[in-house]
Amino acid sequence: MPFDLLIVDDSAAIRKILQRVLLKAEMPIGNIHEAGDGVEALAVLKANKINFVLSDINMPNMDGLQLLSRIRANDEWKSIPVILITTEGSQTKVLEAAHMGATGYVRKPFTPEQINNVLAGLTGANANG
Amino acid sequence: MEEIIDTATIVMMVRHATREVLSTMLDLETDSAEPYAESIPPPNSEGVVSFVGLTGERWAGTGCLRSSSVSACHLASRFLMAEYDSVNDDVLDAFAELTNMIIGNLKNDIEQRLGPTGLSIPTVIHGKNFSTRSLKREEWIVVPFHCGTDLLEIRMCLQQRESNTPIVRYGERQEFILSA
Repeated sequence: MPFDLLIVDDSAAIRKILQRVLLKAEMPIGNIHEAGDGVEALAVLKANKINFVLSDINMPNMDGLQLLSRIRANDEWKSIPVILITTEGSQTKVLEAAHMGATGYVRKPFTPEQINNVLAGLTGANANG
Repeated sequence: MEEIIDTATIVMMVRHATREVLSTMLDLETDSAEPYAESIPPPNSEGVVSFVGLTGERWAGTGCLRSSSVSACHLASRFLMAEYDSVNDDVLDAFAELTNMIIGNLKNDIEQRLGPTGLSIPTVIHGKNFSTRSLKREEWIVVPFHCGTDLLEIRMCLQQRESNTPIVRYGERQEFILSA
């Protein structure tokens, strides 16, 4: 079954790079949705069935941790794996994200292999795309 | 917790963060040139400049990336794996994200010395014949990097805030003078 993903980042450059990484991965990827912040992400989640969320933390309007909190508080979405991809590397933020229910954490700069490995760990797919 | 970072340490941190981001995201090796201090910004710039504000408990500052338009296109082309021969939204977005990553990684190093640090959303500017200046008179540490034929400058300014300043500022105010 292909997985539908949601990429949440205020940088269109990062959304493009992640799209390219995901499409090259040997994983059954279905639709890739995009959102520029947490508010847009919630709208996408309401309108679509999403299997995984990849989200930045520092974004305008609603940041990644606020989005994570909203996802975990919603009965329909609370089991969706959320991977945070961010320059934010402070131990406090990492622990806060883990405490709030983040499924994984990838620091920018990242290699395609790091993204693939995290997703492959969740899907059981071959990460070597 | 230490409360002072000397210039040599800042330069070392800038070099480490910049090399890590450029080699990982752009597969680009760089040579860093001799750093220098600058208190008067260069007049009549051309190219792309981006700023990110940094703020800590007792200090605030700004990180800045600067390059020519041609170099910004080269960097964006490698970053996004597409060809850009003129500055457009993609190039500006890529430049802003590079700023976010480089100064964001630098912030992670600075936090080890100065404690929790906030980072603003990047602002990116492109144009010809423009100048930038901070409303405060301050000294910038400039660390140039040669990436092949391209030159990328990373500029940092960190200052202690007045001890009784009650407000939290997310970056210094910048004044931009644009002329035709």
